[in-house]
Amino acid sequence: MRARFILAATAGIALAMPVLAQTGASADFQKFRDVMEEDNPAELFEARGEAYWKTPSGPKHASLEQCDLGLGPGVVAGAYVQMPRYFADVDKVMDAESRVVHCMVTLQGLTYEAVTRQPFSNQSGTPAHVNVVTYVAGQSRNMPIAVPQRHPKEREMYQIGKEIFNFRAGPYDFACATCHGTDGKRIRMQDLPNLTRPEGAIKAVQGWPGYRMTGGLMLTSQWRMNDCFRQQRFPEPKYLSDTVTAILTYQAVNAKGQIYRGPGIKR
Amino acid sequence: MADPMKIRAALQGDVVEVRVLMAHEMETGTRKDASGKVIPAHFIQTVSATHNGNTVFSAHWGPAIAKNPFLQFKFKGGSKGDKVQITWTDNQGDKRTDEATIS
Repeated sequence: MRARFILAATAGIALAMPVLAQTGASADFQKFRDVMEEDNPAELFEARGEAYWKTPSGPKHASLEQCDLGLGPGVVAGAYVQMPRYFADVDKVMDAESRVVHCMVTLQGLTYEAVTRQPFSNQSGTPAHVNVVTYVAGQSRNMPIAVPQRHPKEREMYQIGKEIFNFRAGPYDFACATCHGTDGKRIRMQDLPNLTRPEGAIKAVQGWPGYRMTGGLMLTSQWRMNDCFRQQRFPEPKYLSDTVTAILTYQAVNAKGQIYRGPGIKR
Repeated sequence: MADPMKIRAALQGDVVEVRVLMAHEMETGTRKDASGKVIPAHFIQTVSATHNGNTVFSAHWGPAIAKNPFLQFKFKGGSKGDKVQITWTDNQGDKRTDEATIS
């Protein structure tokens, strides 16, 4: 009788094991990130971005200090956690990265083509606008996400983002929502956040822009979304396209009130 | 010219803990670019730290150290307000010195 009880108990433990192993590994990943975040090389990119922001350059020999990130010309603190937002001067909703590029074009007199020729960091280097976005993001460290939904175009962007999030397509016929629309899912060892709720949605915003240790690259939210579409086997979105802004708006609005911890670190 | 380092130096008890982030490619010299050409080696070879003119840390580095390296060390004898200077030199003759105040 006693032997049978022990057997049954062992079987019970064996069944419970995968769940335990999963939480254990996730906790270890989290510990690893916590340790690395204290001395994150992203800070080096923030410093480069700050220098670029304050140093006159481009055909107009202007700095970015008059750039309006939504809180008035030159106000950087807190701007990142309030984007994407509506900008009256261009009559559209822009995310942080689009806005930085816009400022480089309008204030410094660079051409859009020249700024976006290399949209993302790669082995050949980190584009200036990526450094600037990292600097801007660092100036919102430890602030709550407060992306506005006052203007009709901001609300429209959210609705479009929601539709894209739920849109099933591609050769595998799945949507963002297939993996990121419910609690408790994972792929291999990675827990998949539920992006429809604040505690989950912040995980899509948190850590970006992020320093990827593999290759030592500084990567932005725009890069992350581009890679999501690639993983879904969707057509590649154009850099800074409204599609990406919509999906960023959807995530950031869902993460409202959660604390943004600044540029992050990735494996 | 290389980018500045980020240096933090904090006194804990009688020990100063120094943490340094350096912006450097740390190219090994064994990798090839997209066209198959070897990317020339470019890495930090020596790192040293001084406090009040005394060397409190020195190291020889090689290509096995990661890109944008992070260095942490401790020494005794520092007090709040003192300066700590860090210097690195690389194999291409580039060099950088930055300073931090112990907090």
